[in-house]
Amino acid sequence: MNGTSTDGNGASPAGFWEDLVTTALLGTDRRPPAHLAPGRPAPVALLDAAAEATVRRRAGLRPARAARRPERAPADPRPALPVAAARRLATLLADRAGGASGGGRRGSSPDLTELLPQWLAAANAHGYAAPAQTLPALLDAARGRTDLRPAALAFAGPRALWLARFNPDWRFALRSAPGGAALPEPGDAEAVHRLWQEGLFAERVALLGALRARTPALGRELLAGTWPAERAEDRLLFLDALRSGLSAADEPFLEKALGDRSRNVRAMAAELLSALPDSALAARMAVRASACVSLDRTGGAPVITVEAPHECDSGMERDGVVATPPAGRGERSWWLGQLVEAAPLGIWADRFGGRTAPQIVALPVADDWQGELHAAWCRAAVRQRDAGWARALLGSPAAPEAGGPGAVSLAERAKLLATLEPAERAEWVAGFIAAHGLSEAFQLLGVCGVPWAAPLGRAVVDALNIARDAGSYPWSFSGVMGLAERCLDPAEATRLQALLAVPDEREDAAPGAGGYWAEAFQRLVTTLRLRAAMADELTPAGTAGAPEHQPRATASEAGEHQPPPAGADSDLNSGSGSNSGSGSGSGSGEHQAPRPAS
Amino acid sequence: MTEQGVRWTADQVLALAPDAASRKAGGKLGTAGPWSEAGSGKEAVWGLCKGSGSRPYQTVVDLGGPAYKCSCPSRKFPCKHALGLLLLWAGDDGSVPAGAEPPDWAGQWLAGRRGRAEEKRAEAGGGAPAAADPEAARRRAERRAERVTAGATELERRLADLLRGGLASAEQAGYGLWEETAARMVDAQAPGLAARVRELGAIPGSGAGWPVRLLEECALLHLLDQGWLRRDRLPEPLAATVRSRIGLPAPADGPPERDRWLVLAQYDSADAKLTTRRIWLYGAASDRTRLVLSYGAGGRAPELSLPVGLALDAELSGYPGAGRSRAALGERFAAPAPAGFRPPGVTTAEAVARYGTALRADPWLESVPVTLERVVPVPDGERWQLADAERDSALPLTRSARSRPGLWRLLALSGGAPVTVFGECGHLGFTPLTAWPEGAREAVALC
Repeated sequence: MNGTSTDGNGASPAGFWEDLVTTALLGTDRRPPAHLAPGRPAPVALLDAAAEATVRRRAGLRPARAARRPERAPADPRPALPVAAARRLATLLADRAGGASGGGRRGSSPDLTELLPQWLAAANAHGYAAPAQTLPALLDAARGRTDLRPAALAFAGPRALWLARFNPDWRFALRSAPGGAALPEPGDAEAVHRLWQEGLFAERVALLGALRARTPALGRELLAGTWPAERAEDRLLFLDALRSGLSAADEPFLEKALGDRSRNVRAMAAELLSALPDSALAARMAVRASACVSLDRTGGAPVITVEAPHECDSGMERDGVVATPPAGRGERSWWLGQLVEAAPLGIWADRFGGRTAPQIVALPVADDWQGELHAAWCRAAVRQRDAGWARALLGSPAAPEAGGPGAVSLAERAKLLATLEPAERAEWVAGFIAAHGLSEAFQLLGVCGVPWAAPLGRAVVDALNIARDAGSYPWSFSGVMGLAERCLDPAEATRLQALLAVPDEREDAAPGAGGYWAEAFQRLVTTLRLRAAMADELTPAGTAGAPEHQPRATASEAGEHQPPPAGADSDLNSGSGSNSGSGSGSGSGEHQAPRPAS
Repeated sequence: MTEQGVRWTADQVLALAPDAASRKAGGKLGTAGPWSEAGSGKEAVWGLCKGSGSRPYQTVVDLGGPAYKCSCPSRKFPCKHALGLLLLWAGDDGSVPAGAEPPDWAGQWLAGRRGRAEEKRAEAGGGAPAAADPEAARRRAERRAERVTAGATELERRLADLLRGGLASAEQAGYGLWEETAARMVDAQAPGLAARVRELGAIPGSGAGWPVRLLEECALLHLLDQGWLRRDRLPEPLAATVRSRIGLPAPADGPPERDRWLVLAQYDSADAKLTTRRIWLYGAASDRTRLVLSYGAGGRAPELSLPVGLALDAELSGYPGAGRSRAALGERFAAPAPAGFRPPGVTTAEAVARYGTALRADPWLESVPVTLERVVPVPDGERWQLADAERDSALPLTRSARSRPGLWRLLALSGGAPVTVFGECGHLGFTPLTAWPEGAREAVALC
């Protein structure tokens, strides 16, 4: 604010004031004040004058000139949140803000922080706009948790990007906004070209990803245009972006990339080509793999015999086979694994007399090659997303050696499960838990769709019940408990009622475990109720008939009633679906890689 | 009075929390799980909350206060159980049915509380309680005035010494000089002078321009000393202002003003010993803005807490001093309810003019409460302004406002468009406290 500019005395009041300050600074002993009221000691006269000047200056303040106003934030056409949902969001965000005092036992109340991702995914599925006053907290949340970022930014919408320009703490939003406002329309050839030529690496990756999602050919052509000039690390990541929308049309480009200077780029190109069963590379690998694996009928029962390759020739290396094995592995088995992994699974039926995948998997393998061979088939089934082979390799969930034949690890099984339909996946995991309990189920549960299908939910609850009766403490299962809180269908809450009571302590049980279990189940039930309430609050008033215990179903239903607006927003939404992998919002029904809850 | 009273919002409930930890803990308890036998009615909410022990805690809230009672051992007011219960009630998901009759344990407390309020009212009706011994009180006041006079005289001497030797020497003397002088003012029973003196000590370390600020504050302190020493020659309202600035206690003896008071803002400031809560209220009928203070000693949250954006039907009585803008909350006739109105706003030029005018009655005034109509938050280099939407003038934000998260909420609410903002306007600039976005009725707290 400005002081008054003129004064009745003629002398400039600003000059007079400065004179007073100088005198005060040096002291009246050293610098006797000029033109002050006589008859009073100098310091007192100085204070009198300063008091008068101070009050006069304050009383005469005027507004300052306005600085250049910022342009207005873009309009957010999405409908406003229902009132109850807006309140819920305030609570979820408030919990996050106070999250520093975590730790210790979790008690019986729900962990709201863990529910924010679900809430955001559901709100995005409905296509609601975020209340403006929550944007700073949303941006802070997105800043603190990268797994939350895509969904939080999509929900926060265009106004948050506008806001982020004013605060350096939120710069990340401008960089990482998936398909953010900065990306040109694919139809705008000139803008696309300019961004590809001049953009930062992250922007170019985002552009390529967006193009591949809608017009894969355009993306490939753009990449091919500048391919030789790109740096090796960049080529690798650009090539990775081709995974989305991969088709036979990409084969010529990928074939060329097999001759790349960088070994990593060659390997990536080979991997992509081997995922195309009709590609020339797949055919070459089929020939090589067939030569190594054959059926021996000379004995009584047919047996698979394996003759691993004796050398890794230049042709194999060009097709992405890595010649040098990791320490501790024989090179011939290493080569074999790579050949079988890259060969189309369809060739084996012919090779083994028209047998089906389960029959082939059941065949005995000579000379201890079974582990190596089955592991390679697992990798092939995952790479080629072949549900039939995945099913065969997984085997019966109740099989005694903790699942599947051969050396199929939990991690591999989780990957195989991901190639199955959600319902089948849930059923297999349910069978696994029924047979083997929860101790190994965590990773497998992580790939199941949210909310868990009824049989799976029942299996988990039953297994928890058994674990309780066995007398252990609930925190041995805190990972699964945390997943259950987030993934169990809220409709199961009623079935859990019986578990809330504190059971009588048994002799052989861990001391006090019963009370802790009751508390853990209490938290589970409370969280489920809360999730049901959250889903309910987000359902628009007109569609209230939708059942509250099916948050995903209501979400997509309501999404049809109120399609997300076109343009930037739908970009944001689709971006969040494909990038986040955070479960309930994405179409694939996959859950994000599991995180232990406590 | 509405028996079926409108429920508060979660934001309004969370604003009652004494600290962030309580807000978090209360948020967790705001779900049906741990609660049983919850209900609401007769302007109260109650419920049983299952804790870690075998007996559930009994929690009851009198919405008229709001006042809280809980059988938990927490010393916080409200405790997390009360917050959780209010959140559950605010969520209105059927777990806290309305129109219920309170159970005995809650009813007793409510009846006792309200009975005491009745008694108080009857007492007040029957005439002011007679002072124990008017003669003794007068002698005490005289003795205190003598002490303050001695303190003010000593302070005048010290200020004169300072100006004689120069402010530059004060920079070298550091805090010690001021702490000692402040202690002398405490001895002189002039807490207002002591507080001002203590603040002087921080100025030399406050960055560029400190000599100007130090001279200003020394001069205003000198003005206050002189006001006290010549108080018998001042007009009575100004003399009352001087007494209150010196820190002499006075009862809130203004006539009670009954109105629907909208809670404009509530915020705390704390020093080592005391938390001061400032609550701004705006009267719909009187068109007056009043300040209610509440204190919490020793790290406790002040007991009075009012939800921003709601209005309460209550009486306020002003304290003596300029414009009687500070007031005490008297009788409350109904629980806070959604307001449906907001104070009329002014332009930035009118806001500073209002501050200037207010200085006539109280030259020591730091700021006045103002509602700005149609202003836009604008970045100005490192600083921020609130600029009139239709004019070329603006108020800079104070330094403290720039570092608060409320600035970002204000900017998000505005999105470059005009908003209505309530805050404090003074010589340091404007401190936004509450905002209403265009078209919306609901207030958003910024502090």
